[in-house]
Amino acid sequence: MKHFTEEELISYREGDAQHEQRISVHVAECAACRAELNRIDAVLKALNEFSVPDPGRDYEQRIWRQIAPRLPQNRVPWRHSWLRARRLGAFGALAATVLAAFSLGRWVRPHSAAVPDSLNAQQVRERVLVVAVGDHLDRSEMILVGLEHAQPAAPGQKAINISAEQRRAEDLLQENRLYRQTAASEGDAGLASVLDELERVLVDIAHSPGEISPAQLQSIQKRIESRGILFKVRVIGKQLEQRPQRQEDAPKAAPQSNSVVRERNKA
Amino acid sequence: MSQSAGSLAVREAAATRESDAIAVERVLAGDRDSYRLLVERYSRYVHRLAYRLTGDEHDAEEVVQEAFLRAYQKLEKFEARSNFGTWVYRIAANYAIDRMRQRQKEESRKETSDPHGLDSGEQDPLAHVADAGPNPERLMHSVQLRKRIQQALNELSHAERTAFVMRHWHGCGIEEIAGVLRSNSSATKNTVFRAVQKLRRALEPFLEAHPQAKALGTER
Repeated sequence: MKHFTEEELISYREGDAQHEQRISVHVAECAACRAELNRIDAVLKALNEFSVPDPGRDYEQRIWRQIAPRLPQNRVPWRHSWLRARRLGAFGALAATVLAAFSLGRWVRPHSAAVPDSLNAQQVRERVLVVAVGDHLDRSEMILVGLEHAQPAAPGQKAINISAEQRRAEDLLQENRLYRQTAASEGDAGLASVLDELERVLVDIAHSPGEISPAQLQSIQKRIESRGILFKVRVIGKQLEQRPQRQEDAPKAAPQSNSVVRERNKA
Repeated sequence: MSQSAGSLAVREAAATRESDAIAVERVLAGDRDSYRLLVERYSRYVHRLAYRLTGDEHDAEEVVQEAFLRAYQKLEKFEARSNFGTWVYRIAANYAIDRMRQRQKEESRKETSDPHGLDSGEQDPLAHVADAGPNPERLMHSVQLRKRIQQALNELSHAERTAFVMRHWHGCGIEEIAGVLRSNSSATKNTVFRAVQKLRRALEPFLEAHPQAKALGTER
């Protein structure tokens, strides 16, 4: 009679055996294998003595109290929702509208006789651009901040997953090109320049693999840092936020003062 | 299990999964407090695994906290059709392995600087004797057996301990353990076997010499 090996009997005891039925029949008939299985069984049963101490009745509440203050406050809903194709489609449509608004404005301008109407149209177009670009910069900033603080999921882990950031960078890249070209054609050199730099960083991120080594991450972080892009994005975003207010405060002023342009060009 | 009890359990599991998915959605939408439900539902479950993997209450608590923090940070990657409990459990197992490795390094450094090992940091085994009961003899055997088990578990490699704890005490499937160990099914089965074999070599002589200790495991 061929006996089963220790490995086969342990697998059988742990429920992982390939030939469970055969082992079961054999053990019922073979005293030697039955004795061996009983010894394995005794050890595994004795291990039950290694019980887990009761962590206390309020353990769940205690864990929550300990981790709650450490949870990031600003989980931004868009990070989740923007990944959804429907929302991305809606944003694409918004971007297309912005482009259309600018193009239309440029074509219509020479035929417009009334100066105040032309001025209003320009202001409206600029407001649309300000809102859309402001939103675009916010979302770009999120990616940059995310990468700046990215780290391996566990100490000693060799790969860092940046696939979420990578996908978002891909999504933002086309919009960025659109805004940069629009800003350049509108003569907004400061905004165009920052968007140009942002585009290079977004290209870097979008073309990176989904999982990168700590060294590759460091290299991306260095590129972001050396260009000061995060700072520039924040400054220009802040200036854009303030612009509608200025226009409302002074509706008859020129749509864009030279000082604002100069200030932005410094960024 | 009767058919009605079985279908009730299935319905309960489905309801739990649905309420987990809703909590996850809310957290992702910015409602941080919804995460509390998930922490309170699964922390005790994760604690059992963490304690068996680390063998230390302090480490186990750290593993539980870190697992929930990491799960929160990675929540966007959680797929609604998965089980949140299983997911956070896997994160805890991964972190516990890292923690054990780190602890081993710290201890080997400590041994170098303190060759007499005066401060072993060992916990009082009496503190965790399961259901010690009033019988002093039983208590003594239980303490001795527990110490032996602790030593035997400490002698396993991290992969062996993780595979054994997940398979034997927590009933995890081989595929799931293989995922945590970043290994394949066949290698994982072999790891479980090696673990049991080592535990057997370490505990069998003691159990043979102390039949009272052998009886302890069959009491519950």
